[in-house]
Amino acid sequence: MSVPVSIPGTLLKSKASGSAVYKTVAVVGPPNAGKTTLFNRLTGLRQRVGNFPGVTVEHHTGSFRLSSGEEVSLIDLPGVYSLNPKSEDEKVTIDVLNGEMPGAERPDAIILVLDSNNLNRHLVLAGRVIALGLPTLVLLNMADELHKQGGRIDVLPLARQLGTPVALVSAATGDGLQAVANFLVATPQTPEPLELPIFGDPRHCREWAVRMGSKADYRRGATPEWTRRLDSIFLHKLWGGVIFSVVIVAVFQTIFSVGQPASDLLQKVLDHVGIQLANALPSGLLNSLVVNGVWKGAGSVLVFLPQILLLFLVIGILEDSGYLARAAVISDKVMAKVGLNGKSFIPLLSAYGCAVPAIMATRTIENKRDRIATILIAPFMTCSARLPVYTMVIAAFIPNRPVLGPMVGTRAIAMLSLYVLGFAMAVATARALKSSILRSRDVAFIMELPPYRWPLWKSLSLRLMDRAKAFLFRAGTVILGVSILLWALTYLPMHNGQPPAIADSAISKIGHFIEPAIRPLGFNWKIGVGLLSSFAAREVIIATMGTLHGVDPESHAMALQEALKSDLSPAGAIALLVFFAFAMQCMSTMAVVQRETNSWKWPILQFLYMTTVAYVAAFVAYRITLLYWN
Amino acid sequence: MVFNFMKVLRKDKNPTLCDLAVGESGILEDFDMPQTTAEHLMNLGFVPGLEVLVARSGPGGNPRVYRVDGTEVALRRDLSRCIGVRPLRDAEAEMR
Repeated sequence: MSVPVSIPGTLLKSKASGSAVYKTVAVVGPPNAGKTTLFNRLTGLRQRVGNFPGVTVEHHTGSFRLSSGEEVSLIDLPGVYSLNPKSEDEKVTIDVLNGEMPGAERPDAIILVLDSNNLNRHLVLAGRVIALGLPTLVLLNMADELHKQGGRIDVLPLARQLGTPVALVSAATGDGLQAVANFLVATPQTPEPLELPIFGDPRHCREWAVRMGSKADYRRGATPEWTRRLDSIFLHKLWGGVIFSVVIVAVFQTIFSVGQPASDLLQKVLDHVGIQLANALPSGLLNSLVVNGVWKGAGSVLVFLPQILLLFLVIGILEDSGYLARAAVISDKVMAKVGLNGKSFIPLLSAYGCAVPAIMATRTIENKRDRIATILIAPFMTCSARLPVYTMVIAAFIPNRPVLGPMVGTRAIAMLSLYVLGFAMAVATARALKSSILRSRDVAFIMELPPYRWPLWKSLSLRLMDRAKAFLFRAGTVILGVSILLWALTYLPMHNGQPPAIADSAISKIGHFIEPAIRPLGFNWKIGVGLLSSFAAREVIIATMGTLHGVDPESHAMALQEALKSDLSPAGAIALLVFFAFAMQCMSTMAVVQRETNSWKWPILQFLYMTTVAYVAAFVAYRITLLYWN
Repeated sequence: MVFNFMKVLRKDKNPTLCDLAVGESGILEDFDMPQTTAEHLMNLGFVPGLEVLVARSGPGGNPRVYRVDGTEVALRRDLSRCIGVRPLRDAEAEMR
């Protein structure tokens, strides 16, 4: 039997020439086995994210190029511990492997990625996967760690027992990965496995796995000493909590102290290009459309890209290093007080960047009710789209006076209170949900703590690319569309080829129509139009106000902050801030909630709830502020 | 050390994972919980017959971290109370 085997540390010349035997290959493996690292290494930029129809499980597809130039398509399936159709992830894996998933080609072969440091557990999955009967390559990953920690294994006897090729590899360093190419071009051989486990009884499955391991002279490495040492600090009774708080503060400090200057710089560049555009184009309707409609609209959103990417970079580092799992353990006690568990902490932290990836990250929460509760409260976290609105309104209305020394002024406190406000409402909502419609009896918090590892730049950068693409797509579609529509509404109805005065435009009609509804909050019709447009995405209100004042001769020359003072009283400004803290104004979030919960009930309920809360709270804030500050 | 009978042989109920102190270990016996939760635990290495060690206690004593089958897993106390164990005395634990 020819088995592609690799010896780590030595460079085996790949004999992979000739054409691929398998065209579609599924990558399967348990969580934390380095499956995604392997997939990224094999496919690099030749990958994309997809969703199978009707299920909420996300997967990546990519292509792996052989030395002959031929491409093999790889499907990265969700991490699974076993093949039990009760869990959604595992059901998807089974369906794809059996060719029963609509929209996905049946794979010709399987690459099974296992952690060589945890074979006694992971080989159980190998038994189940091999029993499916597809040609399988078993990769024992993280060989570098196994050897460093004094472990060992002989792959040949294991391959003989399993009846499949087995290779010891390290996806992080790339050692041994030529086994993949060898497997894909080798003539398929189907030796029968000598013995597969009897499924059903976990005890027997494990005994089988241990027996397989002992045939291969398997010895597990010791848990890395530094993981234990780090845990004795990070999970320390006292220091654990202190370090946790420092990490969270540092995350936000980084976003503001590094991200803000980067955004400011980008803003300057965009403004400059806008001026060049305005000069280059002949003045008239087209000039106005491009400069006021397209550039100002999309540009006002584009400037947040640095801050959003930075947030995802920091969260990615925390996640890949293994600290986020510890953070979940530390926050569990607090989360338990509102009826949730530590697993909700990770999505809620990401929600400070953007609720969309946060809601996708709730998939790790096994309890369905906890997961829905987390999805429902995530948009209360102060996402980066609220930031520009807060910054603009605070700068326009709140005078900056030092409160606690020169560093902490009234504006910083105002900003901080808005963060607290969103968080407090999330907590209150979680409590209400978990003690009523989403009450659950069994709250199991089971968190695997992987060893600490250095994050890989390649994995991080691929994820950042995904985020950047999603963000630019939104700026290029939803926000651009709304900007152009608004611009058009300010130019209609035309009289003798001339645009109307702003007071006679279609947009003014719409604004005045909704004005009675928002007057109790202290908003005029322009703010009303801004609010309407912000239901597409929060930050659009800035673009809208820019357009409305840009076409209005009275405020044309004024900076937007100054112009805003003609629309709002200070009490109205406070009401606007409170409204933004609570309202559900994001089509992308609603779409992702619909997709993840697989029903329209939750996004609609969430929209009605958040908007009602926002309206009532803004009204109360307006009334109270009127008493003290006019 | 050998005389901690009070803890080991409690008459009213069988000892659970929750009864072990940090640094103590036991042999996993049975699970009293919904099937899906038990299966998830078994996938993570909590298989009856295996040795489990209380590795450390998180801030506030809850959740605690258990070492089983080469991995570390954090569980809340209320779940660890549903996992029956046979406590290992120190000498026995050292032998294994």
